[in-house]
Amino acid sequence: MSAVDLALVMLAAGFVAALVRIAIGPTVADRAVAADVCFYAVVAALALLSARLRTAALLDVVLIATTLGFVATISLARLVRRKK
Amino acid sequence: MSVVADLLVVAGAFLMLLAGLGVLRLPDVLARLQAGTKAASLALACVFAGTATLEPSIGAVVKLALAMLFVFATAPVAGHVIGRAAVQAGVPLWKDTWVDVSPLEFTEEQDGGGPG
Repeated sequence: MSAVDLALVMLAAGFVAALVRIAIGPTVADRAVAADVCFYAVVAALALLSARLRTAALLDVVLIATTLGFVATISLARLVRRKK
Repeated sequence: MSVVADLLVVAGAFLMLLAGLGVLRLPDVLARLQAGTKAASLALACVFAGTATLEPSIGAVVKLALAMLFVFATAPVAGHVIGRAAVQAGVPLWKDTWVDVSPLEFTEEQDGGGPG
């Protein structure tokens, strides 16, 4: 098992931990924060997979995802504020 | 070179694991927010630097550096916007969490209905 494989397993563990927080809540704000962490874990996994699978196109996905993820978080914040 | 890349990648993944555990285990939304935002952006920086060391082509390094720049520019803003929205929405906080009252007085009318 290479270091990249080990790192992917650890990223998956962090993703699952944040996913449990999304499931148990208890507020929309908690779910928004956890969704943010899930998103970052996926972006990191994409960067590692581009090195592991030697697919340079995945780096474009990383670049677009970091910009789109910010917009997603801002819209989640709107949702947090609307829901008491 | 390969040892440096492996160390960076594993350190980044470990930080992301810590961020996930922090979001799962910390007592209220503001504590979870600081675990999620700070640890996760440092984790992304480490993972991107490690990936750039693994694949040192010009295109890969430029793309990863740009992505890192985006993350460092947007992650603090995103965390701040969510935290402010949570405090304004009156999310219940942990007993030992102390909140400055000034963001509570910053209501929707004064804010002009912006995206936070």
